[in-house]
Amino acid sequence: MTRFVARRLMGMITVLFAVSVIVFVVFMVLPKQNPAQTLAGKNATPVLVKNIEEEWGFDESLPQQYLTMMKKVFTGELIQYSPRLPVLDLIVEKIPATFSLTIGAAIIWLFFGLLLGYLSAIRAGGWLDRILTGVSIAGISIPVFLLAPVLIYVFANKLEVLPNGQYVPFEEDPIEWLKHLILPWVTLAVLSIGFYSRVLRSNMLDVMNEDYVRTARAKGLSERQVMTRHVLRNSLIPVITLFGLDFGATIAGTAIITEAIFDIDGVGNYAADAVAKFELPPIMGVALYGAFFVVLLNTIVDVVYAYLDPRVRLGESASA
Amino acid sequence: MSAPLLSVRDLRVGFATEEGVVQAVDGVNFDLAPGEVVAIVGESGSGKSVTAQTIIGLTRASNARIEGSVKLGGEELTSAGDASMRKLRGERIAMVFQDPMTSFNPVYRLGDQIVEAIRAHRPDTSKKQGKERVVELFEAVGIPDAGRRVDDYPHEFSGGMRQRAMIAMALALEPEVLIADEPTTALDVTIQAQILGLIEELNRERNLATILITHDLGVVAEVADRVLVMYAGKVVEQGTLDEIFYDPQHPYTWGLLGSLTRLDRPRPHRLPQIAGSPPSLLDLPDGCPFRPRCPHEFSKCPEYPGLEARLPDSSDHRDRCWLSPEEKREKRMVEGQIGLEAPREVGQA
Amino acid sequence: MTEAGGDGGSPLLEVTDLVKHFPIKRGLLVDREVDQVRAVDGVGFEVRRGETLGLVGESGSGKSTACRSVLQLIKPTSGSVKFEGREIAGLGRRQMRPLRREMQMIFQDPYASLNPRKRVGQIVGDPLKRQGVASGSELRRQVQELLERVGLSSEHFNRFPHEFSGGQRQRIGIARALSLKPKLVICDEPVSALDVSIQAQIVNLLDDLQDEFGLAYLFVAHDIGIVRHISDRIAVMNEGKIVEQGTADQVCETPKDEYTKKLLAAVPIPDPRESRERVRNS
Repeated sequence: MTRFVARRLMGMITVLFAVSVIVFVVFMVLPKQNPAQTLAGKNATPVLVKNIEEEWGFDESLPQQYLTMMKKVFTGELIQYSPRLPVLDLIVEKIPATFSLTIGAAIIWLFFGLLLGYLSAIRAGGWLDRILTGVSIAGISIPVFLLAPVLIYVFANKLEVLPNGQYVPFEEDPIEWLKHLILPWVTLAVLSIGFYSRVLRSNMLDVMNEDYVRTARAKGLSERQVMTRHVLRNSLIPVITLFGLDFGATIAGTAIITEAIFDIDGVGNYAADAVAKFELPPIMGVALYGAFFVVLLNTIVDVVYAYLDPRVRLGESASA
Repeated sequence: MSAPLLSVRDLRVGFATEEGVVQAVDGVNFDLAPGEVVAIVGESGSGKSVTAQTIIGLTRASNARIEGSVKLGGEELTSAGDASMRKLRGERIAMVFQDPMTSFNPVYRLGDQIVEAIRAHRPDTSKKQGKERVVELFEAVGIPDAGRRVDDYPHEFSGGMRQRAMIAMALALEPEVLIADEPTTALDVTIQAQILGLIEELNRERNLATILITHDLGVVAEVADRVLVMYAGKVVEQGTLDEIFYDPQHPYTWGLLGSLTRLDRPRPHRLPQIAGSPPSLLDLPDGCPFRPRCPHEFSKCPEYPGLEARLPDSSDHRDRCWLSPEEKREKRMVEGQIGLEAPREVGQA
Repeated sequence: MTEAGGDGGSPLLEVTDLVKHFPIKRGLLVDREVDQVRAVDGVGFEVRRGETLGLVGESGSGKSTACRSVLQLIKPTSGSVKFEGREIAGLGRRQMRPLRREMQMIFQDPYASLNPRKRVGQIVGDPLKRQGVASGSELRRQVQELLERVGLSSEHFNRFPHEFSGGQRQRIGIARALSLKPKLVICDEPVSALDVSIQAQIVNLLDDLQDEFGLAYLFVAHDIGIVRHISDRIAVMNEGKIVEQGTADQVCETPKDEYTKKLLAAVPIPDPRESRERVRNS
């Protein structure tokens, strides 16, 4: 098991390195335009461009340029130019908002998704299953950019129970923090609830037909023991790995639309802004931030999977 | 004569499906005494597995209709509550299934799964005590290095070892009856011999009553005391081991015996076969279910034959064939061996 | 058992020192080969025209891997495979294509070896079409003839595999294998997944087809009873090696190798008296 974890960690470092090289090549090397020009952004002055050229060393060799870039990233010197602020600081500032949004939504979608999936599976074919299936499919089908405005209209404008956007930090006012996040959470979670409930339902139905479930019943275990210890345990394994990857992607930035609609000042919003203005440093910063989380979650998922399913662990003794 | 341990009377199991009612089991009767081995023989669709699973209560479902009686030590099982059946499973009747590769949960240690079985019935047992018992059981079934192997996962065992572990788990609570559903079918022949030897030994040493479900008559010959031959959900012949092998009364039995390869005899020119294929339970012929494949069909066959003892000197040897004993004795010989000739025209399987 | 037990002259298939190893890789960052699984470890046999060679062994013996290596479905690690005198070991896909007409295979699982989305007519006819042998109505005619020859009906042409029983599906597989009129058919456990009474039907069918078309069979199975019935000669495999070879009668009646003896002793005798005798004598 330790060997497995070590391998995965090495893999993670390798992938992150590769991603950083790709970011470098895509943003610095490939474009025909002078990279300094791109970095300076839309409102660049020739003086600014010259300064950037010197700072970043674009007359040096490519590997040297890469090293310079990485150094800038790690020492927080990656600076966006309008307004003139360090990218790293800005990202760090916006992380609490994004994390509040994504972690909260993730907990909601995981809980309800699994609950609905479980109920559907144990009552498969019945009226409850049919209703829940309909709900799930509706959830999967409604686009975020439709759901969000509708929720805002109903709860914020008409009923006036919830605010219509923006983010309030937890330290400032926990209640407001919560109120401001409820609609965004629901928006972000609805799609995944539908999806996860389908996945769990499907897995459970498959597992319920497995021979070892029959063995469990033949041993004299109660239905509840059979369902939790054997069926649910085995059905959850693929769901957990799915969740890990999903969550990684969400943190990395797929919450962009939700952040934009609800005007939440998180990393996603920052990225959307930067793309609109075509400011290279923030784009690069967010790309690396995103890659980091995706790879991290990916690695965690691999390790958790190996813990849950012993067959996956490489290097264990083969059958006698 | 002591009362039988297990008594099955007129067991019928039907399943409601979209295409109609499938009568998977249509009238099974037999007794099982302590220490006896009864083999139920049949091919796919014969109903042998459903019979076994019904005895232990695993076929209860909203679309299943179970009629008849199954009595264990006088207690009626078909109408017993779910909780009583659950207590019984594993403790008084234990079951071993066919495919050892998939019969254990791959994510838990094998020893833990056996401890789970023990603690389900004896909750006061500590995990440590449970594990000690598992080591004992592993040794009893011939798993070497038992102390270490208790902590292994199922995929770390070979097929034969897993089957031994299954048997160990079945024995854990010292049941009165062991039901083995095709226990050796998925195993190599050398391993099969070992597992059969084990089952035999356990049956002898512990006086463990055993119901053996199989399609392999070779296995039956080695282990069984009495045999039931099932076809299309019905018992078509039943009797003692010698009666079935040396004086079989039903054409299907002749067909099964004839299509076996015998290493101790010269090779026949052609392997005797049974033409056609097992019928769909949704579309059974009137009268004897074996009619379409039987070369000896005659005018009485459309009338459904009852399971009766038709021989003067044996009240327990029963069959469902209208032919007279003399006709049977004559017709079952094909080229000097017991077998079944192909009828003139039958569709192929 | 064949009527014409193979002719004299050079063998149809000649396998010498066939080896197939699967590497076991370990490593922290980069995989290194630390050991090998010796699935096939130096195997040699020959199959003559019109005869049946039975290859018998238990799971893990390497017999399935050997078959696939012979057919170049997987690439042998080393060794020689000669078909009609021509070396085919290590040939690429393109070079093997014309040879595929001569060497065909029947698989064990009748439920998995037929594409469930294709109709029977397509399954059996595709090889003919691909090799450019026939098309259109001529193709249809040939396929229907084949279906009847294996005991099915020409009207099964348009049906899907799931509409058939295991035995019937195996017949479809046989029809497909025979469509190109091969010289050699490798049968990989063709009856193990079938009911006992159906096994005999399929074995008899294979026998008949061998007589009619002059086919050579490499018959691979773990059931030595069936192998003995259908084979002229038998090779016994254990742990990647052939431990004994000879005529069917020789191997089964006077086995020389310990493993062969063990294998034969393990087969249950479907005769209670004999079985009791055996126990008394052991």
